[in-house]
Amino acid sequence: MKRAFRTAAWALALLATPLVGCAPDGGGIQSLKLAGIKGRGTLICGVDGKLPGFSFVNPDGSYSGLDVDICKAVAAAALGDPTKVDFRDLNSSERFAALASGEIDLLSRNTTLTLSRDASGGNGLSFAPTVFFDGQGVMAPKASGITSLRGLAGKPICVESGTTTELNLADRMREIKAPYTPLKFQTGDQTYAAYLQGRCVAVTSDRSQLAAKRTSFPDPAAHVLLPEVLSKEPLTPATVNGDPGWADAVRWTIFGLMQAEELGITQANIDVKLAEATANANQADLRRFLGVEGEFGKQLGLPADFVVQAVKAVGNYGEIFERNVGQGSKLKLERGLNRQWTQGGLIYAPPFR
Amino acid sequence: MGQGAINPAAAGVIPWWRNRRLIPWLVQGVAGLALLVLVAFLVGNLVRNLTSAGLLLSWSWLGNPAGFDVSETLLPFNAGLPYWRALAAGLVNTVRVVLAGLVGATVLGTLVGVASFSSNGLLRRLARVYVELIRNIPLLLQLVFWYFVVFLALPGGREAIQLPGMVLAKSGLFLIRPELVNGVWQAPLRLTVEFGALLTGLVTYTAAFIAEVVRGGVASVSKGQWEAARSLGFSPLQTLRRIVLPQALRVIVPGLNSQYISLAKNSSLAVACGYTDLYSVAETTLNQTGRAVEVVLILLAAYLVIDLLISALMNGLNQLVQIRER
Amino acid sequence: MNTPGSSPLQRLRRELFASPLDGLISLLLIGFLLAVGLAVLRWMLFQAQWAVIQANSTLFAVGRYPVDQQWRLWLLTSLLALASGLSWGLLRRLPHPGPAWPRNDRLAVGLLIALAVVAPLALQLQASVQLRWWLITASLITSRWAAGRWGQAIPPALRRWIPLIWPLLYLAGMVLISGGLGLVSVPPSEWGGLLLTLLTASFAILLCFPLGVLLALGRRSELPLLRGASVLYIEFIRGAPLITLLFLGQNILGFLLPGGLAPDRVWRAAWVLTFFAAAYVAEAVRSGLAALPPGQLEAARSLGLPMPLALIHVVLPQALRVALPATVGQFISLLQDTTLLSLIGLLDLLGTARTVMANPAFLGKNGEVYLVLAVLFWCCCAALGLGSRALEHRLNPLSSPAQA
Repeated sequence: MKRAFRTAAWALALLATPLVGCAPDGGGIQSLKLAGIKGRGTLICGVDGKLPGFSFVNPDGSYSGLDVDICKAVAAAALGDPTKVDFRDLNSSERFAALASGEIDLLSRNTTLTLSRDASGGNGLSFAPTVFFDGQGVMAPKASGITSLRGLAGKPICVESGTTTELNLADRMREIKAPYTPLKFQTGDQTYAAYLQGRCVAVTSDRSQLAAKRTSFPDPAAHVLLPEVLSKEPLTPATVNGDPGWADAVRWTIFGLMQAEELGITQANIDVKLAEATANANQADLRRFLGVEGEFGKQLGLPADFVVQAVKAVGNYGEIFERNVGQGSKLKLERGLNRQWTQGGLIYAPPFR
Repeated sequence: MGQGAINPAAAGVIPWWRNRRLIPWLVQGVAGLALLVLVAFLVGNLVRNLTSAGLLLSWSWLGNPAGFDVSETLLPFNAGLPYWRALAAGLVNTVRVVLAGLVGATVLGTLVGVASFSSNGLLRRLARVYVELIRNIPLLLQLVFWYFVVFLALPGGREAIQLPGMVLAKSGLFLIRPELVNGVWQAPLRLTVEFGALLTGLVTYTAAFIAEVVRGGVASVSKGQWEAARSLGFSPLQTLRRIVLPQALRVIVPGLNSQYISLAKNSSLAVACGYTDLYSVAETTLNQTGRAVEVVLILLAAYLVIDLLISALMNGLNQLVQIRER
Repeated sequence: MNTPGSSPLQRLRRELFASPLDGLISLLLIGFLLAVGLAVLRWMLFQAQWAVIQANSTLFAVGRYPVDQQWRLWLLTSLLALASGLSWGLLRRLPHPGPAWPRNDRLAVGLLIALAVVAPLALQLQASVQLRWWLITASLITSRWAAGRWGQAIPPALRRWIPLIWPLLYLAGMVLISGGLGLVSVPPSEWGGLLLTLLTASFAILLCFPLGVLLALGRRSELPLLRGASVLYIEFIRGAPLITLLFLGQNILGFLLPGGLAPDRVWRAAWVLTFFAAAYVAEAVRSGLAALPPGQLEAARSLGLPMPLALIHVVLPQALRVALPATVGQFISLLQDTTLLSLIGLLDLLGTARTVMANPAFLGKNGEVYLVLAVLFWCCCAALGLGSRALEHRLNPLSSPAQA
């Protein structure tokens, strides 16, 4: 009897849960996701975790890299503290499900922006500004004598499964009518391990990633990047489609990092700039950008000084780039397409107005 | 409901809560209702969440071109063919490794199991050590070990291990008159090292369990049978083949069934060593299409069918060996 | 095997060279073993570079657990050492007092001491870590000694409560690991390595057992609905590979529950492991139930015991004893199955190993890392197996009075 009642009560409670869960859905312009993050006090960020330069676990257990810094910047903007990030290592085939099911708030995992990933009928993601313009390349050992894609006909090629790389490779090889054997691995480290052990004559991935990995090889000079660029790979953070408010907050935090570089605001001088802007009422642009006046933060559901917080935490876009993948890092990648638009690159923040 | 309890029961009438026939049905009814509510709750959420993500159950995507390649397929496949063809190619690859694994594990397992009854003390102990060593190390660890440490360390090109009629190189095992063309081995029949590593791992692992089943089966045959056979002039090998194994099979065959099924299921660990099996294709498919629910359903159904097939086969075999009882 | 009166040489001859064929087999095997042994030894001593283990020992042990909170894990380890020493000593002395230090125990203590001496040297640990390790070993041995010495003096009324320290310790351990009650919270995403492996395994082992027993009873129940549901569940789980279930847990559970209600990835995986193992434990328990003569239940029922009491007091104790070896076998494979967490991106021991090997400094050190993991797993699984055999022996009603 008692048990029957308990069971019934339990069933009722279960039935009621979705109703309770849906209750805050009704009103308010504010993003549900953002409110959730603020309530939780941490940002959950999906990263690769095994890719030097982009996201990587140090022996002391801390994360570093370009993708990681984007997470930290967003955490600083939304929560005022760059350390309040919970990193989740995701492999390429589980990243979208993790985002769609609400398990992570932000996917910052060298993910290529494509139509099918963006469209609601496809993966249904919402993409932030591209943080790294890349292209797919192929790397082969110098000793193999392979100099072009055609040289790979009939040979095994290592590729990470579930990536656009895999699809582009299939497309290009079909175009030049060269049969090949794809050797697919679940994670990047396995892919490169198989390549280094000589299981395949070439490995394909984003050119930045290839360059990054090459620096860590025992003999970097023994490997060459083939001249062909197989595709455009704009690596872009993403959020879930159903929450435009949260997507906007992420988008404008990243634009803030880019705008900061354009305005010459760095981690080192931001306090000085802020003091200048506060003192001088004539610098309206700067005052709005740094949140001294105007309502940009409020419109996004973020604190007024969200740009200041983000830049203080990780520096402007240029600093992030140089520290993680540029001259200040082991990878020594050129800025290339990732220069500011004022210098002929593609990094362009729309006006903060 | 509480009012029924207050009402004093008339003499001779069993109150309903003591009713031996009613109570079980009540319990069942409540449990069934709870189960139904739980399922409805889960499915309701699923439908709502999938609708909001625009991923409501549909199968039409199976006909879209896959766009990725599948290596070492028996079915011809290229990136232009639809998803269902890719999944079928993966399924064929799974079946291939499972079949080869069943044969290999049975042979090795029987050998090891019988070896533990050898008159040679060293062989006997070695069989025990093998079983204890293999069973206590996770299969996944063994698979990555076989692939990354053993098979990828094989020499390639001219230094490959050459045996009469076959060549074992980093790129695979080449059978039937292999020849070196432009530094690449070629032969009519070729098994890749991914397949080799997976097969080796599955066979050695499952064999340890089969050896235990065989050992139990042989031990179940009474000692008198051995002695009687020996006194009739059978040699030890003959005794084993003609007297002991046929009897042991009655115990062994049911035990093998579960080992075979677990081998089939363990073949899904192929992703760890780069072999393109059904799970691997399914994972890529999920990634391209975002259709998590459909892909998982396909996976579960496929493995269920494989398991059922193995079970049916083993049941048939079981009837064959049990029928000798007179 | 031990024929009295035979010298070792005679025994060797009888074992290895009884017949020409045996002799040939033995010679071949000896040659094979020597070749393999020498090759492995040469690789271990001269070619392998163990720096990858030394540099990452913390990562392997606890993953990214915050450094300033690691004292909690040390505290937990010491508590565990004390409790195991206590239980060990008491088990030896109660209920039938045996010799204070049987041969197996002396062997175990010797092993522990050897481990405490060799491991810190091999791993090149810091002096402070080394010291802690020694203290923990010392406390384990001391508590074992103390319990053996004074265990008999504990009044019987108190003895009954001693096993309770284990569940209490488990709860305390959970609090210590995850935080709460005034401790800084450490989210599951920061647990890793051996810590995560042992935690998920122990969680799943503890919970799958009661679940499995319920399922087994359900499967043998006379109520068709209960039986049907249990059969459906057990066969569904046993028909699917674990990896697809983990995949389901990671990718679909989020859709099945209202938004934000799904537990953390680590807990999700732990629950999937639990539900998975429960089906197999149910089958083990079912075979135990089947081995029981039906008269046992009928007798208990005819004595007037209601069904639940009859099950708890009469049927289950006997059935579980029969099912013990198979159940522990399931626990062992559950421990091994935790390696599959690495395939869904969690940083268990194997996942940590993959992260470490992606580090440029340690690229290609597969052999060293996998070997160490294999040894670790082997030791854990073999210990579980040994423990199960000892328990089986103790629970066996025929052997326990005779056991000295």
